[in-house]
Amino acid sequence: MNSQFPINQNFTKESLKKQFRLSEFLAEKIISSVAFLSITIIVLIFVFVFKESLPIFNFGKSDAAKTEITTDSKPESYGSTPTEELKPETYGAEPAAKGELKPETYGSEPVTQEDLKPETYGDVKAEPTVESTSNETPEAVSENKEGADKTWSTFFTTEWVPVSEHPRFGLIALLVGTLKVTIIAMLIAGPLAILAALYTSCFASKRTKEIIKPIIEMLAAFPSVVIGFFALMVLATFFQDIFGYDSRLNAFIGGVAMALAAIPIIYTISEDALSAVPKTYTEASLALGASKWQTAFFVTLPAATPGIFAALLLGIGRVFGETMIALMATGNAALLSANPFESVRTFAATIGAEMAETVFGETHYSVLFFIGSLLFIFSFALNAVAEFYVKGKLIKKFQGK
Amino acid sequence: METTINETENQFFSNKKKGIDIKGKFVVGITQVAVLLIIAILFIILGIIVYEGREKFSWEFISSFPTDGMTKGGIFPALIGTFILVVVMSIAAVPFGTITAIYLTEYAKENSKIAAAVRFSIRTLAVVPSIIFGLFGLGFFIQFMGTGMDKAFNGGELHWGQPNILWASLTMSLLTLPVIIVSVEEALKTIPRELREASLALGATKWQTIKNVVFPGSVSGIMTGTILAVSRGAGEVAPILFTGAAYYLATLPKSLSDQFMNLGYHIYIMSTQSSDVEKTMPIQFATTLVLLILTLSLNLVAVIIRSRIRRRAK
Amino acid sequence: MKNIKIEVKDLSLYYGEKKALKEISLEIPRNKVTALIGPSGCGKSTFLRCINRMNDLIPDVKITGQMLVEGIDIYDKNVDVVNIRKKIGMVFQKSNPFPKSIYENIAYGPKINGIKDKNELDEIVETSLRQAAIWDEVKDRLGDSAMGLSGGQQQRLCIARTLAVSPDIILMDEPASALDPISTSKIEELVHELKEQYTIIIVTHNMQQAARTSDYTAFFYLGELIEIGKTNAIFTKPEQKQTEDYITGRFG
Repeated sequence: MNSQFPINQNFTKESLKKQFRLSEFLAEKIISSVAFLSITIIVLIFVFVFKESLPIFNFGKSDAAKTEITTDSKPESYGSTPTEELKPETYGAEPAAKGELKPETYGSEPVTQEDLKPETYGDVKAEPTVESTSNETPEAVSENKEGADKTWSTFFTTEWVPVSEHPRFGLIALLVGTLKVTIIAMLIAGPLAILAALYTSCFASKRTKEIIKPIIEMLAAFPSVVIGFFALMVLATFFQDIFGYDSRLNAFIGGVAMALAAIPIIYTISEDALSAVPKTYTEASLALGASKWQTAFFVTLPAATPGIFAALLLGIGRVFGETMIALMATGNAALLSANPFESVRTFAATIGAEMAETVFGETHYSVLFFIGSLLFIFSFALNAVAEFYVKGKLIKKFQGK
Repeated sequence: METTINETENQFFSNKKKGIDIKGKFVVGITQVAVLLIIAILFIILGIIVYEGREKFSWEFISSFPTDGMTKGGIFPALIGTFILVVVMSIAAVPFGTITAIYLTEYAKENSKIAAAVRFSIRTLAVVPSIIFGLFGLGFFIQFMGTGMDKAFNGGELHWGQPNILWASLTMSLLTLPVIIVSVEEALKTIPRELREASLALGATKWQTIKNVVFPGSVSGIMTGTILAVSRGAGEVAPILFTGAAYYLATLPKSLSDQFMNLGYHIYIMSTQSSDVEKTMPIQFATTLVLLILTLSLNLVAVIIRSRIRRRAK
Repeated sequence: MKNIKIEVKDLSLYYGEKKALKEISLEIPRNKVTALIGPSGCGKSTFLRCINRMNDLIPDVKITGQMLVEGIDIYDKNVDVVNIRKKIGMVFQKSNPFPKSIYENIAYGPKINGIKDKNELDEIVETSLRQAAIWDEVKDRLGDSAMGLSGGQQQRLCIARTLAVSPDIILMDEPASALDPISTSKIEELVHELKEQYTIIIVTHNMQQAARTSDYTAFFYLGELIEIGKTNAIFTKPEQKQTEDYITGRFG
């Protein structure tokens, strides 16, 4: 029967023997390795962003304990180096060993650096890319004359003056600025987005829901540069007319604009969390005589708390690392004040504004990468918490107990 | 408690028995206001940008070069630069995204730790601030790959070790990778298990099944993912700030090692660093309008395709 | 015994911790129709899927015991699962044609087996469709999408698709459960004709169908094989009380 079909003979051990299929094997290997690429990318991002910031960690051969001794106040305790002036050279040897920096350039004085970078960095001037191209060669002058410990000692000050004879990298001012904007943005976006999500999932009819959801999610498609531009051109003037404050661009404007960017994220995730609350919960509540709104606020909302928490975390992550809006709407002055209507400078905006003008390998460059590492670690941690903690809680809530 | 469910419902809607439920009305009203406020803001932004940008918005604006120190003329090079960016980005990101999605739905075991790590990485990629991708592009693509390539092929002469359209596109492709993966995965999940079983029961191998049955079913997902990625990539600026975008170029990029102009970057530069911000305002709004039309319409198309996929799943 | 096609020895299947099949031992004769009956959840479909190793696809499934087809244990480490499935075809409960043309659906199996010659493929497609008694209905529209066929036609197309790989054994998992009476009787006729050439194992929850189509019947209950024997024997004088209860409709 079916003799024209050449495929099949009988059941024999031979015909059933395990076959090695090359295409099968290759396909699986290739597909798996491509998939692992995403893990690799995360690792590479961390490694490379962190690697560029490494020079600021070169405290000299001595470890942290010694570094503390070798501050300005006690130069004499650093036995082998007789004078302050020689100290940078001692430290220079370390980065050189790493192959990152050129030791011979260590002799160069601040003047050289000033010559190379004649511009002030407070506000970015035009043609940055052209300039940076010529500078970012491997041969570029590498400066680490201040020494890593000095760089570190300035981290916890409030002044951000990266380009001067004595550069100071006071991260405190940037941190405060970033926090200020983040808090303002979350105070606006959080309640708005969660209330909107509550309406969508608990009160809106199915048809209304199908209209509202895509519209609000459409907000996520607005590029941040567009929101930043809108804040810069429209919001800033609008709010200045209302409140009459001095600096047109400030933390408040930045916060409002970033809230617009965070709303769709918080809204979408919260709405999903609220909709995922089992029907039995709400039905039980309604059956006990609670009204619809009572059920929504006292049953559905608490049940969805972990998901909403995750939504807020991811919203914070978005605002914290948002660059374009910060660059365009916050005024970019690293001032330390509690006033929400003062200009601020955020971490991300600092990187965005200054990176193009730094010289490959110099302290400023490394510090910016260090800030980048901080941002990366922070967003990584936020995501990890949102993922593991919240997921665990949700599973416990709905299944376990 | 003697009220039945129906009575409670009635109480909520009419409240004739126990007086009007003011509190309830108020609470629901607040949530309603939140929704309306968000939607209003969205349309206000859209409206103002359309209103302010309409004056300059024309075919000529789109198709001509900027002139007079970018205070006049159009945005043609920025548009072309953005176009090249998203094309190169898609070429890099779509195959990787698709294959990763296929791995996750077809090869990864349910409880596999590696698959969980892959998923976690993808979600992390999706939340890493875009400026970090810019730093990575600078540190990895330009300083490491580019400089390495120059050392290997050009005898150290600077060619690849500087910002250009290739590095910017690759940087952007990392950013948009999760968008594509999520879309393709969603489409793959709608392919019924029965079809896979039918193929396997006929003696097809796993790869043959994926190639002949699973992949054809994922085409719409790949399309959605690509469109969403393009929409995202066209609008992002932070990753290209120092990986290849240029302030002004008199000519279009000729090769992948050239810098390029970009719509979003153009808006940023014009609105913050232009010599005369007031005077170029109409140009800025029109540029923003072009970018917004581009991203929103792409998004709309993706949403429509996606809802079709979802309907198929039901 | 020469006429035994499949011999099962102490086959047990676990879903994680749960034991879904308990030490099944039975023999399935060659070129006969064997029906597997029992209440839903009794393991009859699970058992069927063991025969061509479809359960391999489900994570956390563990199988012990032996499944000897022509004396070869198909769960042996050296046996290739893909080759097994080429020889043991399967028709599913829900008709599942590929979203391709009728022709492509039938040619799928031969193509993956490396047949590229157009004439040969045409011949296989026609033979298979004729065997499945659907040729006359579709011969003028082989290029149309298979999704446009009716449910009964789709199911016969799926049978034709299975035949196109020329298997030895055909497993049918409630092939007519979703079909109207006319389509069902067509499938049953088909089963009757096909047993000349193939060993057929059919899972059904419809006892009349089992009685009409099969030569042998096995009754499963709660993961155990209660009884197997000639169909008319099972239906007229079952040896076990549980079988009798089920057949007379006292449960299930």
